[in-house]
Amino acid sequence: MNTGNDGRFGPFGGRYIPETLMPAVKKLEVAYRDALGDPEFAAELHLLLADYAGRPTPLYFASRLSEEVGARVWLKREDLLHTGAHKINNTIGQALLARRMGKKRVIAETGAGQHGVATATVAAKFGMDCVVYMGEEDVARQQLNVFRMELLGAKVVPVSSGSRTLKDATNEAIRDWVTNVDDTFYIIGSVVGPHPYPSMVRDFHTVIGEEVREQMRDLGEDDPALLVACVGGGSNAIGFFHTWIDKGPRLLGVEAAGCGVETDAHAATLTAGTPGVLHGARSLLLQDDDGQVQLAHSISAGLDYPGVGPEHAWLLETGRAQYVAITDAQAVAAFQRLSEIEGIIPALESAHAIAQLYVLAEKGELRVDDRVVVCLSGRGDKDVASMAAYLESRES
Amino acid sequence: MSRIENALRASTRRPLVMPFVTAGYPEIAATADLVRAMVGAGADMIEIGMPFSDPLADGPTIQAASEVALGNGMTIAGVLDIVRDLRAGPSLDAVPILLMGYCNPLFRYGLDRFALNAAAAGVDGLIVPDLPPEEAGEYREACAAAGLSTVFLMAPNTPDDRVRAVDAASTHFSYCVSVTGVTGARGSLAASTVEFLERVAGLAEKPFVVGFGVKSAEQVRVLGPHAAGIVVGSALIDAMRQSSDPTSAVAELVSELSEAARERGLREVD
Repeated sequence: MNTGNDGRFGPFGGRYIPETLMPAVKKLEVAYRDALGDPEFAAELHLLLADYAGRPTPLYFASRLSEEVGARVWLKREDLLHTGAHKINNTIGQALLARRMGKKRVIAETGAGQHGVATATVAAKFGMDCVVYMGEEDVARQQLNVFRMELLGAKVVPVSSGSRTLKDATNEAIRDWVTNVDDTFYIIGSVVGPHPYPSMVRDFHTVIGEEVREQMRDLGEDDPALLVACVGGGSNAIGFFHTWIDKGPRLLGVEAAGCGVETDAHAATLTAGTPGVLHGARSLLLQDDDGQVQLAHSISAGLDYPGVGPEHAWLLETGRAQYVAITDAQAVAAFQRLSEIEGIIPALESAHAIAQLYVLAEKGELRVDDRVVVCLSGRGDKDVASMAAYLESRES
Repeated sequence: MSRIENALRASTRRPLVMPFVTAGYPEIAATADLVRAMVGAGADMIEIGMPFSDPLADGPTIQAASEVALGNGMTIAGVLDIVRDLRAGPSLDAVPILLMGYCNPLFRYGLDRFALNAAAAGVDGLIVPDLPPEEAGEYREACAAAGLSTVFLMAPNTPDDRVRAVDAASTHFSYCVSVTGVTGARGSLAASTVEFLERVAGLAEKPFVVGFGVKSAEQVRVLGPHAAGIVVGSALIDAMRQSSDPTSAVAELVSELSEAARERGLREVD
């Protein structure tokens, strides 16, 4: 692991935050650097990732999916982790840091609820108070996760401002942090926010890519030719890609095109955004001509965000990674298809990455001997109710 | 001498009263009248908020006002039009006008272009709460070139070395946030606010105003001796919301605060 930089990814990143938070992010940066140099921290993190979260996750060769899309496709099974998604890699790391810094209260923002659940889980484990901010619209469409968080002892605060989704939940979490900065640790759920969060959250997720490399070697395979991952804020994608950031496989991030990138109801920030500042970092952003942040839309609550991690903006600008977008309808079809042919119900977020395989296949961009790894970032249990409603409304 | 320097000169005799209004709230046409009423009621400087979709340093009152203003169609260019109109009338000649806004709309507009257009419209200075000195290089250059005063913020948890850095980055004066928190009227000020202001006084070379959570004449009396000026925002918006005649409600509160600021004994030189 490394912090990698001074918080800048080319022109992106930085710390665009109220003065009240500057001492807090600076202390966090020092504490994080200090923890990185501490073998005990690394050992405890490793042990918890193994025994508590369930790492390493399997690298599964999806034979029927491979046959359908005409390539050799492996799924990195982050969906099998404790709490059902990759998010816990990061919350364990940040909770250990919070404890190290003597913080007794943690807060988080959540969209789909996966990061909220992962935060509530580690807060329960470490005996910390936990408050999770969640947009009202997301509270309504992710009832199961709200209940899980409450069961884990967290307080879920519905946020009714703005679009009532992840963006506004993040604003509210930042306001809480500004107000309670002395005793509170803000566990950000993606590679967004002011430095050091984008680097730190990435580092906690690089275990995904590191395991894939080892697992491919154990299988006697060469490195993959193509990596595919969904991108909302971009944490699973960056953790997956980072092992090969300097060279190697083609890196493909898949955003949410919602009703279509040509409409105003999508969340394809890298595909259609412009440079701007949101939640403490300069990155790409969905905004109008006056610099007001626009509402994002995706059927997937976890991708429904008008910003994106600054490192992704940089990977796009440098050309190291490519980003494409998948519509709600395409994601739903992939959600159903993977369930039917592999017996794996993916999170709607991850279904966007699966859908992209079908697009590549249709365009003739896959060859039968191509080694493709898809990060299956989460499981779809949380989406079953909203999928049923979606399918019903489409039929009527 | 600039309007701001003139006003700060008066602050050696009494604390300045600096009311805040969100441009476009409750209606676009109301903002200029509200500002004139505030000046008529004794305001020494005016702070006009440029509404933003994601005002993360603001509490519920200013968030709600910003949402209404954006819903009314308020834009950055529209804010500059309001200032231009205000400067065209006679009563505001000497009163500094500062704009408060988040950095994204300014970046989008273009910092150089914004600074030039704002100065040409009659704006004297800018307050950007999500732009700490470390990120403010281009912004400070653009403001300096246009002759705009930059006002940086400090908070009770700002360490001494940063207080000095913020003081150095501010052109004429800084803005002390009275509490670690967001904007919004509070029942009482933290006892430590005065301590904080005294600490800043011992470190800063330039004057500073204090704001966030100030709402009453009594608080003006408490803070007045320790700062060059006092900013009142959410309390004015609350007063507007609770009244059928927002302009009179605002004038009344500003007048109360302004009278309190003119009471003898708030400055040692008295």
